[in-house]
Amino acid sequence: MLRVHSFESLGTYDGPGIRLVVFLQGCNFKCLYCANADTIELKGGTETSIEEFVSMAKNQKPFFGKKGGLTFSGGEPLVQAKQLLPVVKALKEEGFHICIDTNGSILNDDVKAVLELVDIILLDIKHINNEQHQLLTGKGNEKTMAFVNYLNEINKPVWLRYVLVPGYSDDQDHLHELGKKLGVYNNIEKLEIQPYHELGAHKYEHLGWEYKLKGVKANTPEQLDKANSILKNYFKEVVIN
Amino acid sequence: MSKINEAFKKGAWNEQVNVRDFVQKNITPYDGDSSFLSGPTERTKKLWDICLEAIKEERANNGVRSIDTETVSSITSHEAGYIQKDLELIVGLQTDELLKRAMKPYGGIAVVEKACEEQGLDVSDRVKDIFRNYAKTHNDGVFDVYTDEIRKYRSLGFLTGLPDNYARGRIIGDYRRLALYGIDALVAAKKADMQGLVGPMSDDKIRLREEVAEQIKALIAIKELGAKYGLDLSRPAESAQEAVQWVYMAYLSAVKEQDGAAMSLGNVSSFLDIYMEYDLANGNITEERAQEFIDQFVMKLRVVRHLRMNAYNEIFAGDPTWVTEAIGGKLMDGRHKITKTSYRFLQTLYNLGPSPEPNMTVLWSQTLPEGFKKFCAQVSIDTSSIQYENDDLMTDTRQSDDYGIACCVSFQEIGKQIQFFGARTNLAKTLLLAINGGRCEMSGKTIVEGIPALKSDKLDFDEVMANYKLAMKEVARVYNESMNIIHYMHDKYYYEKAQMAFVDTNPAINLAYGMAGLSIVADSLSAIKHANVTVVRNDEGLSSQFLIDGEFPCYGNDDDRVDNLAVEISNHFNQLLCGLNTYKNAEPTMSILTITSNVVYGLKTGATPDGREQGVPFAPGANPMHGRDKNGAIASLNSVAKLDYKNALDGISNTFSIIPKSLGADADIRNENLVTMMDAYFSKEAHHLNVNVLNRELLEDAMENPNEYPQLTIRVSGYAVNFVRLTREQQLEVISRSFHSNM
Repeated sequence: MLRVHSFESLGTYDGPGIRLVVFLQGCNFKCLYCANADTIELKGGTETSIEEFVSMAKNQKPFFGKKGGLTFSGGEPLVQAKQLLPVVKALKEEGFHICIDTNGSILNDDVKAVLELVDIILLDIKHINNEQHQLLTGKGNEKTMAFVNYLNEINKPVWLRYVLVPGYSDDQDHLHELGKKLGVYNNIEKLEIQPYHELGAHKYEHLGWEYKLKGVKANTPEQLDKANSILKNYFKEVVIN
Repeated sequence: MSKINEAFKKGAWNEQVNVRDFVQKNITPYDGDSSFLSGPTERTKKLWDICLEAIKEERANNGVRSIDTETVSSITSHEAGYIQKDLELIVGLQTDELLKRAMKPYGGIAVVEKACEEQGLDVSDRVKDIFRNYAKTHNDGVFDVYTDEIRKYRSLGFLTGLPDNYARGRIIGDYRRLALYGIDALVAAKKADMQGLVGPMSDDKIRLREEVAEQIKALIAIKELGAKYGLDLSRPAESAQEAVQWVYMAYLSAVKEQDGAAMSLGNVSSFLDIYMEYDLANGNITEERAQEFIDQFVMKLRVVRHLRMNAYNEIFAGDPTWVTEAIGGKLMDGRHKITKTSYRFLQTLYNLGPSPEPNMTVLWSQTLPEGFKKFCAQVSIDTSSIQYENDDLMTDTRQSDDYGIACCVSFQEIGKQIQFFGARTNLAKTLLLAINGGRCEMSGKTIVEGIPALKSDKLDFDEVMANYKLAMKEVARVYNESMNIIHYMHDKYYYEKAQMAFVDTNPAINLAYGMAGLSIVADSLSAIKHANVTVVRNDEGLSSQFLIDGEFPCYGNDDDRVDNLAVEISNHFNQLLCGLNTYKNAEPTMSILTITSNVVYGLKTGATPDGREQGVPFAPGANPMHGRDKNGAIASLNSVAKLDYKNALDGISNTFSIIPKSLGADADIRNENLVTMMDAYFSKEAHHLNVNVLNRELLEDAMENPNEYPQLTIRVSGYAVNFVRLTREQQLEVISRSFHSNM
C-alpha cells in the first residue's frame, strides 16, 4: 500500500502530455519554499492499493493521449520506494508512461529498480552550491549529485527542474555553475525553470509553521529571462514553467 | 430551375424537399487549417460598431433599448428595418429599428404587459382590448385546465420554469429549405401534402389539416416579408449572398412570429458552404467577401431580441435567445462535415469579438480533421464561446447525420422532427419528500400521499430509497400531465406556423423532459449509504438540517460508489417518464440540464442530506457540486461521462471551467491538451461539454467594472451569456463554481 496525499487528474506540468499526478505523503527534505508543505510529514496519507492505481489509470487512459501518463510526486516519492516498486511494475505491465518527480536524495536497491522501470525522471535540483542547498532544504546536495551520475550511467532520460527563488537560487554565478556541472550529461533532455510563487504559503499557517520566505516576491519577467539566457548555454532545451 | 441549382449535383433533392440529400451530394469537406481565413472588412467593422453602441445603450437602459407597444408582432407586422442600409450585405431586422423589441401576446397578454410595465411603458389600449376581451392566449388555455395538483407542484418548486407563461421554443425549422427551393416550391409541396390529408376526419386529421393551412399562410407571408426588403423569395437563392440572405429571412420570419425560449438556427454552415464554393470557384466572390457574408449574418443573429419580463431572468439569465448553430460532425458515409464555412462561423468570434449568440456548438467526432480540432481549441481558449457535443454518440444512437441542437444540448433531426420543451423537475426536493412522509419540507403541504414516515431519524439507505422511488413515480405522473396540457394549448393558441412551414408535415416529436439536482441527489444518497446521517426536524416534524457523521464519496471524483447512484437515479426517473402517455404520441426524452435555474432551484429547496444548507444553489446541469470534485478536472469529467445518454436523450450538460495556465505552459501545449481532453471525454461516450477558459480574477474585475467587459462571454449550462448581463447573485454563483486549477 502506498500512502497518498492527493491526486491531480489534470496534471499538465509534471512530465509530457496530460498526466495523473499522484502526490505521495512524506518528504525527507524540508524546503523553505515547499508549495506542498502538507505533504512533508512522513506519517499519514491515504493507503492506496495497486488495484486502485491501475483502475484509476485505466479510467483516465484516453486522456493521456499519445504522450501522457502518470507522475509520482510528493512529498518525495522515493521515500516509499519499496511500496512504489510493485505499483510501478503493475502500471508498466499495462503500458502506462510513468514519471517520477524526485529530489534525488535516496538511492537504494528499491529505488534503482523503480528507476529502471520508469520513463522519465523529473529531477529537482534545489541548489548547485552545497551550503545554499543545506540552507534551502535542510540537507546537503552530495546525494543528489550522485543520483544524477547514476541516472547518466543507466542512461535514463531526465528533465531537470529548478525553482528560481529570488535572492536564494537566482545568483548568476550559481546558475553558470549549475550549467557547467550538469550540462555535460547527455541524458538530461531539458531543464525547466520553475518560477517561485507564494501559493503554498497559506498551508504553513495551517500547519503552525513559520513561512521563512515571507516577503520574497514572485520572479519578475526580467529575472526569468536572465536565468533562461544563462542556462540555455548549457542545456539542450530550457523552458519556463 | 435556377442556373446555380442546375450546376449542383442532382439527386433526390430535385424530386422532393430533401436538403440532407443536397448537402450529401454537394458538400466539399475541408481538411486544411485556419490559415485561409479573412479578418473583418471596414464595412463589417463600421456596422458592428453601430451595433455595439446600440447594445451599450440597451444595457444602460435597464437591458432594453426600446419596445414597440402598438404593434402585435407577426411575419409582416413591421416595415423594413436596417442597421445602416448602405453597409448591409445581409438585411432584415425583427422590427423597423435595431434592438427594438416587439410584443407577441399569444403566449400571454399579462406577461407582455408586465414586461412593458417593468420598462415604464404601457401596452396600447387597442392591443390590451383585443387580448383581454377577444383573443385567448396559450397562458389562458393552460391555466383554464391545470389541476390543483399541478398548481401546487408548480408553486412549491417541484416543477419550475414550465413553458406555460412563455413560448415553448425548441422547434427548429429547416431554414435551408427557403434557399434551396424558394417559397413557391415549398407552398406547392405543402399543398400536395394537404391533398393527401383526407379520409375520416378524426381530431388528429382535422388538427393537422389546420396546421398545414397555417403553414401555407406563413409561407405566403414570408414572401411578403422578402418583398419589403426588395427580395424575391418566391424562387431559390442564386448566389452565396442570396443563400445566406434567404436562410436568414426564413429564420427572421420565425423570430418575428414567435418568442420561443430557444429558437435554434439548425446546421446551416455546411449547407451555405456549397454556395460559397460555387461562387468562389466561379470567381464571383473572394474569401474576404465570403467571410463578410458570414460576419454580417452572424451580426444579425446577435441582435435578435425578445420581450421578456424580469422574472424570466431567474430561469434563463442574461437575455438569451439560443440561436444555436451546430457546426461539423460527420456524415453516415464516413466523411466529415467540416467545411471552410464551419471555420468562417467560428472566425466571427475574432472578427466581431466573443459573443454568447449565436450559440456555437461544435459536433465533435473523433474523425474531425486535426486542423479543425486545434482551431476549435484555440477559439475556446481565446473566447470561451463554444460548446461541444458528441457527434459519434448522437449519430450512432439517433441514426441521423442531419441534425441541429435545439436550445442547449438537445438533438433534433432537421426538418423531420420537432420537440416539445418540458423545462424540468426538482429531484433533490423530491428526495426530501421521501424523508418527510410525502410533505414539502418548506411549506409542510402534502405533495404525495402514501409515503410512510421513516422509522428512525437516523437515515436508512434502503428505506429512504424505497420512499424516494414512490415519490419520483408521483412526481413523474404530475409532470407528464402538465406537459400534455401545455403542449396541447401551445398548439392551439400559439402554433409555430413559420417554423413548421419548414418542417415535414406531421413530423416525429420528442417530449423533452428534464431533471435538476442530480449531484445533490447522488451525494445525499452516498452520505446516507456510506456515512451516518441523522435528520434534525423542526416543530412541524419537517427536516431542517442533517447531521453527518463519517466520510462519504462525492460525485465528481471518478468513484463508482457514488457515480453509480447518479446513473441509477437518472435512469430510473427516465424510465418512469417513458412509461406515461403523451400528447400527440411524442416520444419521451429527458435532459440533465438546468440552464441557470440551478440558483432558483436551490432557493426553493431545504437542507439536503449531503450537507448542503437550505437555499444554496445546485450545481448546474449534470455537474458535480462545486468544490466537491477534489481529484482534478479529469476525474470530474470521468464521473459525468458515466451518465447514460440512452436514458437522457435530451442531453447531459456539463460545464467545465479551467484557468488558462492549468491547460499547460504555452499556447501550443494548451491547444494540444484541450484537443486530447475533448477526444478522450467523448471517447467515453460523454454527451456535452461547455468549455470556459478564464481566470476567476477576470470575472471578479468584470463584476466591478462591467463597462470594460461588454463582450465578456462565459458558458453556463448549455448556452453562453454576456457575463455583465447576469444579476449579481448569478455572477457570484458562476464565480463560486469549480475553476479547475492544478497550480
